[in-house]
Amino acid sequence: MGYIELMDISKSYNKQSDVLNGIDLQIEKGEFFVLVGPSGSGKSTLLRMIAGLEDISGGTLKINGNIVNHLPPKDRNLSMVFQNYALYPHLTVEQNILFGLNAKKIDKATQKKRLLETAEMMGLSDLLKRKPRELSGGQRQRVALARAVVSDAPLCLMDEPLSNLDAKLRANMRIEIRRLQKKLGLTMIYVTHDQVEAMTMGDRIMVLNDGIIQQVGEPIALYNKPSNLFVATFIGSPKMNLGKAKLKESNLVIEDVFTIPFNHEQILAKFQNRQLVVGIRAEHIPHGAEKDGVQTVEIVNVEQLGNETLISFEVGSKLWTAKWLGQWLVGVGDRVPVQISVENMCFFDEDTGNLIQAATSSLKREVVAI
Amino acid sequence: MNMSNPMIESTEIPEINYESVKRKQRIRTFAKGMLFLLPSLLLFGVFLFYPLFKTLYLSFFLTNARGETTVFVGLQNYLGMFASPIFHQSMKSTFLFVLYTVPTTIIIALFLAVLANEKLKGIGFFRTIFTSTMGISVAAASVFWLYLFHPSIGFINGILEMIGMESIGWLTDPKWALIAVAVTTIWMNLGFTFLVLLGGLQSIDSYLYESADIDGASYFYKLRRITIPMLSPTLFFVITVTIINAFQTFGQIDILTQGGPQNTTNLIVYSIYREAFTNYQFGTASAQAIVLFVIILIMTIIQFKLGERKVHYQ
Ligand SMILES: Nc1ncnc2c1ncn2[C@@H]1O[C@H](COP(=O)(O)OP(=O)(O)OP(=O)(O)O)[C@@H](O)[C@H]1O
Ligand SMILES: [Mg+2]
Repeated sequence: MGYIELMDISKSYNKQSDVLNGIDLQIEKGEFFVLVGPSGSGKSTLLRMIAGLEDISGGTLKINGNIVNHLPPKDRNLSMVFQNYALYPHLTVEQNILFGLNAKKIDKATQKKRLLETAEMMGLSDLLKRKPRELSGGQRQRVALARAVVSDAPLCLMDEPLSNLDAKLRANMRIEIRRLQKKLGLTMIYVTHDQVEAMTMGDRIMVLNDGIIQQVGEPIALYNKPSNLFVATFIGSPKMNLGKAKLKESNLVIEDVFTIPFNHEQILAKFQNRQLVVGIRAEHIPHGAEKDGVQTVEIVNVEQLGNETLISFEVGSKLWTAKWLGQWLVGVGDRVPVQISVENMCFFDEDTGNLIQAATSSLKREVVAI
Repeated sequence: MNMSNPMIESTEIPEINYESVKRKQRIRTFAKGMLFLLPSLLLFGVFLFYPLFKTLYLSFFLTNARGETTVFVGLQNYLGMFASPIFHQSMKSTFLFVLYTVPTTIIIALFLAVLANEKLKGIGFFRTIFTSTMGISVAAASVFWLYLFHPSIGFINGILEMIGMESIGWLTDPKWALIAVAVTTIWMNLGFTFLVLLGGLQSIDSYLYESADIDGASYFYKLRRITIPMLSPTLFFVITVTIINAFQTFGQIDILTQGGPQNTTNLIVYSIYREAFTNYQFGTASAQAIVLFVIILIMTIIQFKLGERKVHYQ
């Protein structure tokens, strides 16, 4: 039994079509759980239902073993950080942090003690007398975090808390939030639409699209074994290269361009007479040596990242990207050999979009890791 | 200013007189600014500043019935005015009137606005009702209340009689006349005040309340710590406008009581009007107008000074 249990939760606004549908989920105590999905997928709605700010249209929500569907936010013992921080503009940082404790009529000495501890931890000690408008974005963010921390609630909800910050600060805050969560042993539900944030922060990730759970799992599992095409393209940057494929005799033909020998007898049967989509990660398309499956392609774009080089080329109607380690002095229009091997490919059913077979190489790596 | 030839530029730099260039630019921007201000300056000049100075000028003279100056009397108009018991009564009534109307209007309007800001079914209907007095002219409203206050057929006395109380001469009893006019005024001002306050309430970010909900704040705690402070700029505006309006009340007095009984509702603007257009004393009327102007000016300055400390602008 998890700390938070969602059982067949659904949500519709104004009795219209469902924004969320059949959400079944368990979140463990002390877990950093990330909700990720494109805009409008229902992430905020789900989070607000857990917080009690939004009615639950159907299903059961349990926190710590108790059904809380009917409880107002204050009785759910949680804290929340909003996307725009929701700081009170007319109160100082100190008053902002203490707002909740004051509302709960906690005695002054305890307030003082917790304030000092929290301010110390969040590096806000020198800013306590300032108003929010006199703070930088990152400092405001920290005040918002401090408000959540000072409440001592075991569950913390965050709705895209980093989306207003610039890239560098965001990277810092990611680490800070993660450290804070571990240190305080918080259970965290964290909403983001940024898959990098999801991958780097989450113990587990849930991918949501159109109000339906696509996949729940650890970051690496989602990366290696995306359960459908949506997850495959959503997780990972650059996104997974996809192409339609068909088995012809013992060859795999991708987008009518690549023909790759296919000699995995044991899985051959699964693929017969099916429309397939193959997916292959950019880092699994190395520069071709003289082995099987080497294809020659024409480069249409090169991105030099310093430590690696991204090379784009056309495969039929699709644009694929390969990621090569190091700096490669190649230019647009050059023809280069690339290696595309079957063991790095994920296979999806074209009609349903569901995974049929994950890349066999990733299965091997997992064995190595253990 | 191009960088293509740094050599030449570096030799030229000492010859540019930055000060004079800057001054020219300043004059240019000033002229441009004035050009934009010109229409409003003209309007203000014709309809505000000129009458103001004319009034000041008139207040030092005696006039004939056509308002033309006859004898320069210096401060005599002012001295006479301050000695007159009628003027004292008028000042007293005016301040009492402000005291009756302003706080009551704002408290009732705030209460209604907070109610109407709740997300309830059919709240739009109530918002419309509460705002509706805004669309009623002073004259129509006054006539309407004139009937309500009517000593024998009036609705209010009807109710009093029904619950076994004696009827009251609302507009003829010196004890009640000012209160009756104040009630009318409060009713008339409610629509506007309500609408402005509701607008202020709706512009408060709902996240603030949600965050407070999660913190477990009670309704009144939220009202005191979030709503009122966040509403303070709007409240400040409404208070200023209502006070100025109260000082300038005229229409409802003219229709309901004509300043009577025994001058108890002879508010300052009505007194000015009577002095000028019934008694043809344009000099003393002007002197009173100047006093009113000074009072409102001082009140407004005090308010802004206090407001600066208490109001939280975003
Ligand atoms: N108050 C509301 N009334 C009606 N529909 C709503 C309401 N709030 C959200 N929705 C709808 O619910 C769906 C999910 O919205 P939600 O805010 O949960 O998306 P999200 O995943 O948080 O997106 P984003 O990443 O843009 O914040 C959207 O289609 C939205 O239009
Ligand atoms: Mg959202």
